[in-house]
Amino acid sequence: AKTFTLLQSEAVFWNGKDLEDLRVDGRGCEDYRCAEVETDVVSNTSGSARVKLGHTDILVGVKAEMGTPKLEKPDEGYLEFFVDCSANATPEFEGRGGEELGTEIANTLYRVFSSESSVDLKSLCINPREHCWVLYVDVLLLECGGNLFDAISIAVKAALFNTRIPKVRVLEDEEGSKEIELSDDPYDCIRLNVDDVPCIVTLSKIGYRHVVDATLQEEACSLASLLISVTSKGALTSMKKVGKGSLDPESIFEMMEMGKRVGKSLHIALQKILDEEESLGTSRQKVGFLG
Amino acid sequence: MAAVSMRLPVARKAVGPSAPRGGEKHLVAPGDTITTDTGYMRGHGTYVEEEKLIASVAGAVERVNKLVCVRALKTRYNGEVGDIVVGRITEVQQKRWKVETNSRLDSVLLLSSMNLPGGELRRRSAEDELAMRDYLQEGDLISAEVQSVFSDGAVSLHTRSLKYGKLGQGVLVQVSPSLVKRQKTHFHDLPCGASVILGNNGFIWIYPTPEQKDEEAGGFTTNLEPVPLSDREVISRLRNCIVALVTQNLMLFDTSILYCYEASLSHQIKDILKPEVMEEIVLETRQRLLDLEG
Repeated sequence: AKTFTLLQSEAVFWNGKDLEDLRVDGRGCEDYRCAEVETDVVSNTSGSARVKLGHTDILVGVKAEMGTPKLEKPDEGYLEFFVDCSANATPEFEGRGGEELGTEIANTLYRVFSSESSVDLKSLCINPREHCWVLYVDVLLLECGGNLFDAISIAVKAALFNTRIPKVRVLEDEEGSKEIELSDDPYDCIRLNVDDVPCIVTLSKIGYRHVVDATLQEEACSLASLLISVTSKGALTSMKKVGKGSLDPESIFEMMEMGKRVGKSLHIALQKILDEEESLGTSRQKVGFLG
Repeated sequence: MAAVSMRLPVARKAVGPSAPRGGEKHLVAPGDTITTDTGYMRGHGTYVEEEKLIASVAGAVERVNKLVCVRALKTRYNGEVGDIVVGRITEVQQKRWKVETNSRLDSVLLLSSMNLPGGELRRRSAEDELAMRDYLQEGDLISAEVQSVFSDGAVSLHTRSLKYGKLGQGVLVQVSPSLVKRQKTHFHDLPCGASVILGNNGFIWIYPTPEQKDEEAGGFTTNLEPVPLSDREVISRLRNCIVALVTQNLMLFDTSILYCYEASLSHQIKDILKPEVMEEIVLETRQRLLDLEG
């Protein structure tokens, strides 16, 4: 997001022409920065999550609202993505400055979730052709510290995991008119199966190496990066190249293999922390924004 | 092997006063009343309301006779003559460069206030002006000294010593200027095998210690030879140590950095940035610094 100008020799230092597995902050090429994940941070959403990855800070809220299914898919609900780039993140987002980036991220999320297996959209259908659940996924960028896409996808998955949609029943009277009845018990709700929700892994080409989870400075040094979305089983669901540089076809396969490997461990770590948080239940004190 | 570590956030612990250091500082938050005595003059970081002197920033209260100022903890750089700064060239103009030094206004480096390559001392000609971009171009990092401060707070720099000039390979860390301790020298060759420039403006430059101090070129040729892995490891470790010290709000100077480096040696470089490791090594550093003070 931020344009850095790096001194040539400084860039050489960050790049490291050799194939050593050492980055400026001591990480190896396949290491992520330490991430913090917390769900259920916004009370008036159906599900929310906040993810901090280094200095990148993302808040995602999921709101379930009733709507009409799309004509081409009458028995499915759908997801809507919106990305808001807060001017708190960087002054460049002030006014309409963040709009372009926001749309780019939202479009990427639509593509990542376009695969039918990622979320079971049929479970979001209430009444074919008439009513379905629409999940509005709102992403808010609070701070940009590099690797936005990965952090956002982690936050989206965590928020979807946290999402609780109230159970409704469709009652039909003799005249055929339908009525929707909401369950009285607020804890009576459905949850989404997020096992197949993909996460994005961005691999940036720096020098001759490919690194994951690039910091802002590393992003400034990288000419091209490959964005791939991987499910927990290691299946690749979408791919996108960003940056003005070019990538060698051979290295793309190498990057894909690396991305799958890293993606798998990313999903394992995320699922572990989500399960841990859930098992603690209400006994855990929420940290939120003032912690 | 890919390493992904995720954790739940933990609430920040309230830290008590670090140590009895003789005379507690008077700390204020924005909106706090500093004094109700009307005999004082209002300085930076304060304002008067209902005949009370109130702080407008968070920081330490400083009194000079009748003048009361609040020195903010998190601030942009306020230049003072003689400060050592590290800055990045943002623009090449006629007879001068614009330099970003984390102050409110861009600093300037005049063509006439630098040593030309080769250490030549002569009048600057029109050819020199045309060749300015050959010496320093946009994005280059320099170390310099503050020559003067203009009335609007903008800073004019000079590099009229062979100590200063263009920086080569290394790592830049940006911290709050209030965390850099003022010292006699801000250039340090640390015994661990790397050198640091602690810019008063909060820009810290870590670079491999040059083998021979070759001053002939006047510091305008950059060495693009790859830095050996061992040096890079030391630099990475130093960088992470400085980040750790800054997150825990400890003053930066050669001893604190060195102590922190030594405390971190039992950990892997990438582990230093884990919150619990950070806390542990900074605590150890703080203890050693207190022992040193006696």
